[in-house]
Amino acid sequence: MEREELLFLLAGLKWTVALSVVAFICGSIAGLIVALARTSGILIVERLTAGYIAVFQGTPLLMQLFVVYYGLALIGIQMDAWAAVSVGLTLHASAFLGEIWRGSIEAVPRGQTEAAKALSLGYVSRMKDVVLPQAIRISLPATIGFLVQLIKGTSLASIVGFTELTRAGNIISNQIFQPLTVFGVVGALYFLMCCPLTIYGAHLERKFLTASR
Amino acid sequence: MNYTLDFTPVIEGLPNLLWACLGTFTLAICGMLLAIAIGIGGVILRQSPFKPLRWLVIGFVELIRNTPFLVQIFFIYFALPLAGIRLDPTPTAIIALGINGGAYAIEIIRGGVQSISKGQREAGLALGLHEAQVFRLIILKPALRAIYPSLTSQFILLTLTTSIASAISAYELTSVSQRIESDSFRSFEVYFTVTAFYFVISWVMMRVFALFSSRYFSYPVR
Repeated sequence: MEREELLFLLAGLKWTVALSVVAFICGSIAGLIVALARTSGILIVERLTAGYIAVFQGTPLLMQLFVVYYGLALIGIQMDAWAAVSVGLTLHASAFLGEIWRGSIEAVPRGQTEAAKALSLGYVSRMKDVVLPQAIRISLPATIGFLVQLIKGTSLASIVGFTELTRAGNIISNQIFQPLTVFGVVGALYFLMCCPLTIYGAHLERKFLTASR
Repeated sequence: MNYTLDFTPVIEGLPNLLWACLGTFTLAICGMLLAIAIGIGGVILRQSPFKPLRWLVIGFVELIRNTPFLVQIFFIYFALPLAGIRLDPTPTAIIALGINGGAYAIEIIRGGVQSISKGQREAGLALGLHEAQVFRLIILKPALRAIYPSLTSQFILLTLTTSIASAISAYELTSVSQRIESDSFRSFEVYFTVTAFYFVISWVMMRVFALFSSRYFSYPVR
């Protein structure tokens, strides 16, 4: 593999990172809303968000990307592949992060909410100042685990036709007929992105386990 | 919005899609069996007193868990022929799914084995059981119960992952739906329907797994 081909892969890597960052940030914002709706105590809202989460957890990410990609075009929103895939990954992330954060909001001891209520804190302040800071701490290992899943998930954007790292690999592999070298390098690049996160997540999990003992 | 939904190609392709579901099941079940075999083998190797062997297993698990399945399946698809093994896309996909699922299974099963306290094993040995018997009778079953929830949700995930096997055109639901889509250009209709299929599949699996669990693992803990 020549220098030029490696540079082409790195250009693809740039898009993989961009896609991951956008999907994670937008997915976090939407996911927070999903988590709050899921724990709102209003039955209909909770049911609806539970359904939303179940749909995303029960179908393949690839299909979600297809449906969003063609669905957006259908309702008259013209988007290029990059934007459509970002929307798809954002929705996917919102459901998974919503479910992770629902779990951690519920894991915060009930007494905390009760104490906040006794101090006559309103819903916003109760969540923002009391419950969420603790919930975020609890959710960190799982959130990082999902981030790794998300980074790996961006590879499916290549099937929809967006040139990120995996698709760049496909293109180069078709040009130079060295699939093992190319996909070896592509795999290594993903590994370099994901492995530090995995190690950090495992470290946090151990830390919390010993702290709670 | 001046697009009218037209599900005719989907309805005409329904028999094909239903057959393709069988293809998805085949991939998922064969992949799962291979994953379990790799999982159990990996855990045994992971506990061997020979250090390089343990590192090999750890390295394998981390490598698989930190790279996308799509890249893995491409790699395997191109690597097998170089190793002199010529296989159709479907068996290749099963191997890839088994390897991917196996890495996750190793971690899950290891957690289960570790959940059994050391005293149990020592008691078994003291009763004159062989190492293998201790593993099968005293460690495996309670461990199976401990890991059942995470293992089954991993299996549902593996079933959903089979859709990625369409990238090497293995015979399963996604690749068949792509064929219908490229014939009819009714992209949204086709993919929407197939997404619903997947949802039903994973929902049924969840129910069946829950049923099994209440049948076989509902004995009291102590």
